[in-house]
Parts: sequence; structure tokens; C-alpha cells
Amino acid sequence: MKDTDGSYITEDGRKIGGVVMEMKNITLKFGGVNAISDISFDIREGEIRAIIGPNGAGKSSMLNVISGFYIPQEGEVWFHGKPRPQMKPYEVARQGIARTFQNIALFEGMSVLDNVMTGRLTHMKSGLFAQAIWKGRAEKEEIANREIVEKVIDFLEIQAIRKTPVAGLPYGLKKRVELARALAAEPRLLLLDEPMAGMNVEEKEDMCRFILDVNDEFGTTIALIEHDMGVVMDLSDRVVVMDYGKKIGDGTPEEVRANQEVIDAYLGVQH
Amino acid sequence: MFYRTAGQFKTTYRDDQALFPIRQDAVLVAVILILAWAVFPFIATEFAFQTLLIPILIYSLAALGLNVLTGYAGQLSLGTAAFMGVGAYACYKMLTIMPWLDPIVAILLSGFFSAGVGVMFGIPSLRIKGFYLAIATLAAQFFLVWLFEKWAWLYNYNASGAIQAPNITSVFSGGTYVSGPLATSFTQYYMVLGITTLLTILTINLTRGTLGRTWKATRDMDFAAELIGINLMRSKLSAFAVSSYIVGVAGALFVFMWRGAAEPNLFDIPLSFTILFIAIIGGLGSILGNYLGAILIVGLPVVLNTVPAALGLPLESAFVEHLNLMIVGGLIIFFLIVEPHGLARLWGLARQKLIVWPFPY
Ligand SMILES: Nc1ncnc2c1ncn2[C@@H]1O[C@H](COP(=O)(O)OP(=O)(O)O)[C@@H](O)[C@H]1O
Ligand SMILES: [Mg+2]
Repeated sequence: MKDTDGSYITEDGRKIGGVVMEMKNITLKFGGVNAISDISFDIREGEIRAIIGPNGAGKSSMLNVISGFYIPQEGEVWFHGKPRPQMKPYEVARQGIARTFQNIALFEGMSVLDNVMTGRLTHMKSGLFAQAIWKGRAEKEEIANREIVEKVIDFLEIQAIRKTPVAGLPYGLKKRVELARALAAEPRLLLLDEPMAGMNVEEKEDMCRFILDVNDEFGTTIALIEHDMGVVMDLSDRVVVMDYGKKIGDGTPEEVRANQEVIDAYLGVQH
Repeated sequence: MFYRTAGQFKTTYRDDQALFPIRQDAVLVAVILILAWAVFPFIATEFAFQTLLIPILIYSLAALGLNVLTGYAGQLSLGTAAFMGVGAYACYKMLTIMPWLDPIVAILLSGFFSAGVGVMFGIPSLRIKGFYLAIATLAAQFFLVWLFEKWAWLYNYNASGAIQAPNITSVFSGGTYVSGPLATSFTQYYMVLGITTLLTILTINLTRGTLGRTWKATRDMDFAAELIGINLMRSKLSAFAVSSYIVGVAGALFVFMWRGAAEPNLFDIPLSFTILFIAIIGGLGSILGNYLGAILIVGLPVVLNTVPAALGLPLESAFVEHLNLMIVGGLIIFFLIVEPHGLARLWGLARQKLIVWPFPY
């Protein structure tokens, strides 16, 4: 049942809205290598959009283009129906786009709580002098934001390690803290680069549940990169398949699974 | 046992964010403050004021400034002394041009000049990091000391090329002299203590809040910091500004509340390194460490000079100097290799042990 702008209700009752982000003919080169060749796809409001493909396909590069970390040689990124002017990564973040990284990028010298609090930085406005004086504006802001952060900490069930330095945490927990930092920003679009890589089965199940809950409870739009096909089939509404920088498939998990080119290039190969 | 934390639960985030969430820490800080404010100044000899109390505070403050930049924001600087010089010369010129200005106000204002110069020399940090940035700050160090020598306007065209702290009174000391030969050590100590306490409190507030987290994120992983929404330019330059402000005030205090006079080469590299050593030995990324480091670096030569002499074994002054250098050198190597978080971390570990004592865990 599709609306004129293509919005629809999923089988499990979530509302998928219009297009929030559209990649138009993106080409990204590193020297002679085409990391991304002329790829277009869109992301709809409220959906979980997966990007899959073998190693080196250009998936992380695509997220980095969305984040403004890489500037494509050709193509445009459209956000909320307008072409996005070239902007710095921190400006992109301030538009409500948060992310996690394939290789965990936490602030190792800080506690879990402080790491998650950094997710709120884009929302914190008090100036240098107010912060130096602390009492009043800065303290109020700190407490208000701490409350939001504590909700995220509860949500991801990491209360027990709140005050622990992140440096010594096991890998799976670090991934979770990184997700907490991204969620603390209350993003409209959440980018997850292999959130389940390197996890054991239980950790993967937890992470899957968190991702579904975030999408369901907060209506957050999610674009995620994942290797595990089972996970992708379970989680995502639509899938983009990349191989050697090219798009070879785009559609629902079922459509993608039935696509011969995808089967040849990706599903047939053991990873 | 002594540091029993059981039964101390935080029921609000405000309590949890209090400066000293553990009661014993608050008690300890209170004891230190009482000693510094109400005990030391009444029992200290002139010698103790001049060789320990006042310099320890001033060096702590300078190290605090450096620590903001290097320990919190991760930008290495070898130009601390030159920024102290900017503060000192700015204060000197302000008091020359506006003799009616209260010297304490002048000292607090002089930090803004060093902050401006610090930001200027911090601009390279937007492009370069680590070792290369250290070299750039070294260039600032050379350039500024050269400027202090060559720009005669800075020292009012004195034949000696030195600046002299004039005799001036302040409302903050109740109208007594705070600088120049007529000022007493007692008054100067209180002025230095007041400013150091104030700036320390403000710095603690900055480092525990939004800006502190911005700096630490920049230090720990700059690309991730930028991708979560931190403007790296603002983060780094604000660290240079705050750091240089504190360092500049320390420089003004150095000349006006302690040395009484200064030549350009006073602000040369050896002083930069002394401050850096204090920050390293005390602990990068710690507030308390600056004080511990300064007590050690300022106190060690005094102890080496006086203790053996009191025991009837006076050491030759050249030997004391060498011994001092060897011990400091050894400590630097120890802390860089074994405990990069410095004395503050050692204290933290001791505190942790005290919390669980007498049980091992
Ligand atoms: N910063 C970079 N510099 C040079 N080449 C890069 C860079 N980032 C990615 N690449 C290249 O781009 C291609 C795609 O990489 P990536 O996006 O990381 O793939 P994926 O995430 O799908 O595994 C690879 O060939 C990789 O070597
Ligand atoms: Mg990748």
C-alpha cells in the first residue's frame, strides 16, 4: 500500500515515510582506484537501509561520503529534498546525522559516561564563561543532558560500566558504548558501519534487538553496513548491494536475494 | 577503610557531578585549602615564602595552563615560557600606560594578551600535529624572546633591557603594596594564592564540562571528534586561548609578585621545559598533578640544599645543582615510561587502595 510520495506501512506496522537522503550518481576516487562508481540510491524516513557487499566494495567509503568525511569527485548528496552544499563533517553531524565506525573510534582516555556525553555536544550551547562559572546555566545544561544520556545508558543496558574507562572494555561492550554515543545525539539519521562485526552470537542478538528497538521506539532512520546475510535479511527494509564500487542490486531483502547478479557476485562467494 | 565510600550514594545527577563526589576527597581538599589560606602564611619564614610557597603556586599555575593545552586537548607546546613572557610584558606595559590601573586587575587582563598571541601561534595546530606542532611552538618561543629583546618599547627603552616591578598598591590587599620592593611576601603570597585558587576553580569547571569533553575528544581521536560534531578548529584554538591565558597570568605573577624584575632570557626554553616537566611529573590531564609536580620540582633543590646542611653534611652548590638535575631527569624517564599519568595517578592508586584497605580488593 504505497502513498504518492512512496510512504507505506510495513508488515510489522512501522511507518516508512518519504525520501530523507538521496545519493545521486556518486563517484569517489582514490588516486586511480574508483572506490565508488556512479552509485545512486535513496534512504526513506524511518526505514532500516542496509548496504552490503564484499570487502573493499566501497561501503565504508559511502558512509564517509554521507558523513562529509570524503568528498566525491562527482555526484550530489540530497538531504531533505535539497542538494547539500559541501560541508565539514562536524556540520553534517549537526544536521542530525550520527554514526559508529567499523574500527571502533571511542575516546580511550575518557569514561563510558563521558564518551556518551560527547554525543550531546552538538546540543550543548552554554559559552566559555558560563562553563567556567559552572553554577547556573552550565550546570543546568549538564544535568538536562545527563538525564538524556542516562536514558540511553539504560536503554543499552550499560549502567554497570558507566564510570569505567573505555580503554579496558571488551570489544563487544565498546561497540555498544559507541552506539550509545551516537544515540545520545538523538540523530534523525543513524549510520552504523558493521555494528556486529567481530561479535559472538549473543552479542549479535543483543545488537540486533537494540537496532530494531531504536528504529521502532524513536523512529530513527538507520543506514547500516553488515556482512552477516542472515542479520541483513532479518533487520532491513531495503538493501543496496555493492561490488567493486558498483551498485549491483537494490530492493527488499527478498528481491535482492533473488537477483542473479547478487548471487553470483556476493552470495555465492564464501566470506 | 579511611576512604570508606560505602553508604555514600548519589541520588541526583547534580550530586554525582559534584566536584568531590567522595566525602573524604572533599575533606582532604578542605584541609589543603585551610593550610594554604590560614596556616602556612602565618608560620612561613621569608625564606619559605620566597623559595617555596610563592614559586610553587606560580609554577603550578603555569603548569595548569600548559596542562589544559597538552594534557586535556593533546596539543604539545614547548613555548610556555614565551607565553608567560607575553603576560609579564603586557602587564608591565599596561601599568606604564595606565598607572591608575589596579595591578591585580592588570595581571588578570594581561592573560588576554597572551591568549591572543597563543591563538595566533595555535593556528598551525589546525594542520600539523605532535612532533611537528611542538617544533612550531618552539619557533614561537624563539621569536617571542627575540621580540622581548629587540622591541625596546616593551621595556620602556631601559638601558638594562630588563623590566622592573614598580611599587604599587592594590585595593585587593586593602591598600598595601602588592608589587615592587615595598611589598611584603605575606601580601604577595595572598595575592598569588587568590588568583591561583580562582583560576584553578574556573579551570576545573571548564575541564569537567562541555569544553573539557570537547578537548579530550580532540586529544583522543580527532577524526571521530569531528564526525560527532566537534569543530576541531574551535576546540584547538579555545584550548590555546584558555591555556595561554592562564600561562600569561602566571607569567605576570612570576615577575610582579615574585622575581620583581625580569630580563628577556628569563622566558627562554629552560623555563618552558621546567613547566613541561612539572606537568609530566604531576600528570598530564590532571589538575591536582600540577601542584604535586610543582611541589616536587620547586621543593627538591631547596631540600637538597638545606637538609644535608642541617644534618652537618653541607653539599657544594654545584653538586646540589647536578644532583637535582639527575633526580629530575630520572623522574621524567620514570614517569614517561612507567606512569605516564604522573604523580596524580600514583595518588589515585593510593586512594583506591585506601578505599578498600585493609582488603586487597
Ligand atoms: N582513505 C583511503 N585512501 C585510499 N584508498 C581508500 C581509502 N579508503 C578506502 N579506500 C579504498 O577504497 C576501496 C573501498 O574501501 P571501503 O569503502 O573501506 O570498502 P568496504 O567498507 O566495502 O570494505 C578499497 O579499495 C579501499 O582500499
Ligand atoms: Mg568497511
